[in-house]
Amino acid sequence: MSTGEFTAGIRSILPMLIGVVPFGLVAGVTPVAGGLGADVGIGFSTLVFAGASQLAAIEVLTGGGTAIVAALAACTINLRMLLYSASIAPYLAHESFARRMLAAYLMTDQAYAVSINRWAGPSAGLAAGDAAGLERRRHRLAFYLGAALTLWCSWQASTVAGVLVGNAVPDSVPLGFAVPLVFLVLLVPTLTRAHAIVAALVGGVATVVGHELGVGALSVMLGAVAGIVAGALVDDDHPEPDPVPT
Amino acid sequence: MSTAWTAILLAAVGTFAMRASFLAAADRLTTLPPRVERLLRQIPPAALAALVVPAFVRPGDAVDLLQPQLPAGLLAGLVAWRTRNVALTLVVGLGSLLVLRWLGWE
Repeated sequence: MSTGEFTAGIRSILPMLIGVVPFGLVAGVTPVAGGLGADVGIGFSTLVFAGASQLAAIEVLTGGGTAIVAALAACTINLRMLLYSASIAPYLAHESFARRMLAAYLMTDQAYAVSINRWAGPSAGLAAGDAAGLERRRHRLAFYLGAALTLWCSWQASTVAGVLVGNAVPDSVPLGFAVPLVFLVLLVPTLTRAHAIVAALVGGVATVVGHELGVGALSVMLGAVAGIVAGALVDDDHPEPDPVPT
Repeated sequence: MSTAWTAILLAAVGTFAMRASFLAAADRLTTLPPRVERLLRQIPPAALAALVVPAFVRPGDAVDLLQPQLPAGLLAGLVAWRTRNVALTLVVGLGSLLVLRWLGWE
């Protein structure tokens, strides 16, 4: 494990905590305010550990919905984790099963995005067989864990704080808007090529269309898939004799 | 067991399964075909835009381009693009939203 990469991972995630901590507070406040009890907020944050899906499940539960419906609402929102898992799997293929499962448990939008930005740069090729390449490869998990563990600790601490303060956060502070802003900062550096811009435009617009059509929580997954397909269609990094059939 | 805890355990198992899916099979991945790699490359921009764009153009229950989240988001996007600075982007984005609301724009 490389201390340097671990520290670099921590540094990369630190500024994002401005968006994470208020979100964690809300994840702690909401179940208490809804009469579900402090243990429910902490149970969601430690076992599910995925902000938006926790809030969706809590909303179903406080509305009198069943456990199955609440869990399905949460899982639907988390379907994008399948995409993240597919995206980082090649970069961590050399790690042991136990370490890959630890990485899976700790997976978040933020930890995924900062890690893929670091690993997918021009000097971090998957096929690098030289000593320097192997060295970089060994340290990928260190960077990921630095980022992911920092976020995990902040999430748990802010959930507990939210459970304790209850409804003391003033409504006039638009902290909910901090969450998309964090994703915006992660999105911008990925937009270096035409295919990425197409993927983002189609992904964003298709998600909005999904919401408009009443697809609900599935919109994010369906919108992202539409963006992925569109981006792949215009991506000519590896031109092939036959275009990809659609 | 209470309804809430049943929901927590079901959501936890489902969410972990999705996070683990491809990572669990990662050691059986050999070199990826270029076609798959091309798909994987699109995931970061597509998935992140799917989280960002609705918050800017559809903060409520319908698409609305005449509300303060859109200009605040675009301004924050400009700052993110020029500086890559998370804290500054958050300050400008949240600050401009607060100012626009304070000016009476809802």
